Order: sequence, then C-alpha cells, then structure tokens
Amino acid sequence: MLFAAGSGVIGGAAAVAATATALAADRERSTIARVERDALLARSTFVGTGMEPAAGKHQSGVVTAPQAHSVFAAFDLREGVDAAAVGRLMRLLTDDITRVTSGRAALADTAAELAATPARLTVTVGFGPGLFARTGLTEQQPAGLVELPAFPKIDQLQDRWSGGDLLLHICADDAMVVAHTQRMLLKDTRAFAVPRWFQRGFRRAVGSGIPGSGDRNLMGQIDGTVNPATDTEFDAVVWDTGPGWFAGGTTMVLRRIRMDLDRWDELDRSAMEQVMGRHLDTGAPLSGSAEHEEPDLAALDFTGLKAIPDFAHLRLARGDGPARQILRRPYNYDDSPDADGASDVGQLFCSYQADIGRQFVPMQQRLAESDLLNKWTTPVGSAVFAILPGFEAGQWLGQGLLG
Amino acid sequence: MACAGLLIVGGCSSAQEPVPANGSVTPAAGPPAAAEADGAVTIADSWVKSTLGAEDTTMTAAFGVLTNHTDKDLTVVSATNSASGRTELHEMAMADGAMVMRPVAGGITVPAGGSTTLEPGGLHVMIMDVQTPLPPGEQVTVSLTFDNGSTMSFQTLTKEFAGANENYQGGETGGMSMGTDAATAGTEHSAGVSTPGTATSHG
Repeated sequence: MLFAAGSGVIGGAAAVAATATALAADRERSTIARVERDALLARSTFVGTGMEPAAGKHQSGVVTAPQAHSVFAAFDLREGVDAAAVGRLMRLLTDDITRVTSGRAALADTAAELAATPARLTVTVGFGPGLFARTGLTEQQPAGLVELPAFPKIDQLQDRWSGGDLLLHICADDAMVVAHTQRMLLKDTRAFAVPRWFQRGFRRAVGSGIPGSGDRNLMGQIDGTVNPATDTEFDAVVWDTGPGWFAGGTTMVLRRIRMDLDRWDELDRSAMEQVMGRHLDTGAPLSGSAEHEEPDLAALDFTGLKAIPDFAHLRLARGDGPARQILRRPYNYDDSPDADGASDVGQLFCSYQADIGRQFVPMQQRLAESDLLNKWTTPVGSAVFAILPGFEAGQWLGQGLLG
Repeated sequence: MACAGLLIVGGCSSAQEPVPANGSVTPAAGPPAAAEADGAVTIADSWVKSTLGAEDTTMTAAFGVLTNHTDKDLTVVSATNSASGRTELHEMAMADGAMVMRPVAGGITVPAGGSTTLEPGGLHVMIMDVQTPLPPGEQVTVSLTFDNGSTMSFQTLTKEFAGANENYQGGETGGMSMGTDAATAGTEHSAGVSTPGTATSHG
C-alpha cells in the first residue's frame, strides 16, 4: 500500500509538471517535479497499514493511543437471547475482530478490499448491566460495574443516548474503516441484538495535533492532560486485577455532554480560564506556566485569591490519590444545529476505571455539586459497560464468563 | 488483494488460526492411513451460511479455501455435516445461457500444492435437509472424503449472509430434489456474486 500512496503523490507532482511544461524546458520541468514530489513525500504520513493487536490480556481500544475516528454502538439483546446465544455472538465477533484488525476481511465480506488498510482499527466489546440481568448472570456481574446514581443538578439524560446491553466500540484513524467495520459487525450482531444508539466521535486527524500536548476539545480547552500513561498506572487505575473471570477487564463510563457554546461565547477569556482552572493558550494550570506542570491548588494570585478557584473544573476533577484516578479517552461530536441556529456539539466523555463506584462516582459527585463548567455543559446521555478481558489466540471474548 | 491472498495461504495451517470459526482440521479417525491424516489438506476462512432469514431454511452451504499440501491432486468425492443428514458437492455453471447450480461431476479437485475456493456463486458444499434452522454463530462440523479414501473434517461457524441465494432457488422449482439445473436464470440473485473474502486464485 505504500507503493499505492507513493503513486498518488507522484501523480500529483506530474500534474504540477504538466503546468510547467508550458512555461519551461524539459530540464526545468523535471527539476520542479522532483522538488515538488520530494516535498510532498516528506510531508506525507501514511497511516493505513497501522495495526493494533486484537489478542492479549486486555482488549485494545482502552489504553491504546486514541485513534482519530470512533463510533460507540450500543445494542439491546433481542427477546430470548440467552447466555448461550451471547456466546455464539462472541465467537462470531472474536473471529471478525481478529481478522479486521489485522487487515483481513471478515468472513463473507462482500467488499473485502475495504478491510485491507486497518488504520489502527480496534473493536472493543462491553456488556451493560442489562446483559447480565437478562442472561441470568447477575451473580457474575463485576463489582466494579455499577449504574451511576442520578445527578439531578446537572443531568438531562435522554433515553436515545443512554443505557444499552452490549457495546461495540470501534476506533480507527480512518472514518472509512470505522464505517465498513461497523457494517460488518452490525451484520453479525443484529440476529442477537437490536441497535439502541450509535454515537460517532472524532479527534484530531493524524498528524494534526501538537506533539506532546493534550488535544483540545470543541470549547478550545486542552483536555486529557492528566491521564495514567504507564503500565503500572494502568494496572493501578484501569484494569480489574482479579481474581475471577473479569481479570484484565475494565469498566467504561460514557457520558454524552452537550456544550452550550453560544452561551460560553458570552464569557471573556479570563472568565473561561477561571472556570477551567487552566490557561487557554498553554493549558497550564493557573498556578503555573506549563501544561504538564503539577497544579498548586494552594497558590494565590495577585489579588490574594486562590489562583485556581474552588469552582474550577481542574480542582474538582482531580482524583484523590492514584486509586481514585480514571483514564479519560474522550471523543468530540458535532451534529446539525437546531432550527434556531444553536449548535449541537459536545463531548463523548469516555472514561475507564477498574471500579466505577470507587473511582468515577466520587469525582462526578464533586463535579455535579460545584463545577462552574456545569453552566455550559449538560449531560444528555449516560451509559456504563463492563469492558471484557482480552482473549488469547484460540479463545473468544467473554469465554471466561460464557464458556 | 495480493495481501489477502498471501494471508490466506500463509494462514492455511489452520491449527494456528485464532478462533474456531476458521476451521480447525481434525485428523480423520479410522482406517485411511493416507497422508491426509497429517493435515495434507487444510481449510482456511471456512464458514456456513446461517439459515436465518432464508426463504427455505432446509438448505444452506459451506465455504472456505481448501489447500492441498501434497504433490498429488486430491478430489473431494463426498461430504457429511453435523447439521443435516444430506450433503452434496455443488457448482454453479453456465447452462443454456443461465447460471445454474448442479452437483459437480467428478467431485471437487484440490490441485497438488494448490488451493480451491468454495464460495457463494462457485463451488460449495451443499447442506440439505436441514431439520433445525441454523442461527448465526452455530458450530457445524463438515467432513470431506477424498478419492483416495482419506477424510478430513473441520468445525466452523454459521454466519448471517444476504447472498448465496442461488442455492435456494431449487426449493421453488425442484422441491427438495437438488438435481440438475435447479436454479433458474434471470433471478435477481443470479450467480456470479462472489465473496472476495475468500480470494479466488491461489498457487
């Protein structure tokens, strides 16, 4: 495929060369063509052949560096689908996932060519509380998977973005790959479950973000600066460490958070920074000057007030020690504006933690109570899932529970 | 598709395939002492069409890529399956200007050192007289007998699939008898539909 990409670049250069022909001699033309081609090649980043592993102790798509495109696809089990049937679905999906993440078409794919460049495709499978209940497996539901309490001060949850028995989370650096994978997995899933909601999200295109810096969200804030990043931290924060069938799994909280950008626009820049507790330009905490600097929560500003106010998002969103951290892996969404021209944009807030009740809920309760950012952000969807442990070659997803 | 072809060839030692859907080859039990018992023929990318949604749920088919690792041609002359009591070897062929399904004369040959693809619109193992409909994800075992008396079997999964409907035309015209020319021409599901998932040319 590198060859194909190279051909395309050379083709572009040839067009440039054709223009030059009318203006200059052959010799000059070939020089222009070569310089132009070299410049294009130097800038090109071919990402199509990138691959993430399918098999392993953990599923990919959790601690994997976030891909540019994503769909969160939730389903409800059909009537009469029992644990054995879910097992059949998991065998099918495990085979599909093994193939498509390695650039091979799923069996019976009629457009197999679309599978040739996986672009770091991952497919991550999760079970909602409803699946455990409906298949008689409540006893096996992981302790870390609990429904969120209501947050009446902030929530305006809609059924169309909430709940779900089964989650398929598809991520890739190419939206075409996400779409084709979604189609193939939908074909294997629909006999067992009906779609409940599909939420599409995006991040910066590959090569567009500033290296070493967290991505900005659609409010313009640098997001995801504080995240576990090493295997040791992932073990402490993200993964269920057993014993039991869930060892190697994790939980996902997905919150669809609408941003009221039009009212946010009413704030001046320093007010925006106070709300966040960070400088908008650098992402540095208001107590300092660099993005990754540790915030000094006690620091005072020149007026004698706390540099990072009590209501600031940064202060309230911090976990209390390593055991209370979460891994954030959000995506942005941008849907059609309403009839009045108000934008419908926001964030698919996605976090992973070994235990929702212990790690996510206390943080969310603090935010729901005092976070000034709540004035401009509204949770409109909410769902929780147990992200299954990974599978080794020859096994299938969920085999430890259903096998 | 060179990439896919390579992978299929490379992945045809099915013992290394990651999940049961890929058709793990079980050495034949019983008398045939031929080399096949050692995996002389393997199958990759095997699957069976689920009967879910089919007009006639008594018939379906198995597909995959058979590879012959010996230096002699081997021909599949008969087959059995765990989902029904009747199995035939079929091909799609042009007859009188129309694509029809018919039992393949002389069986399905897998050339020495080469591969033969069983796919919708082409050669396939026809599973007939299915009494209990096959939902997706069901495991089916297919056993093949070769002309030298050896056998192989593989376990595979059923998949929901919209194509391969030519296989079912026989139900309308010829009842359960899947004799010759069961499929009629000019139907919306006329053959020639192939699945690139099973690349067609190997070795």
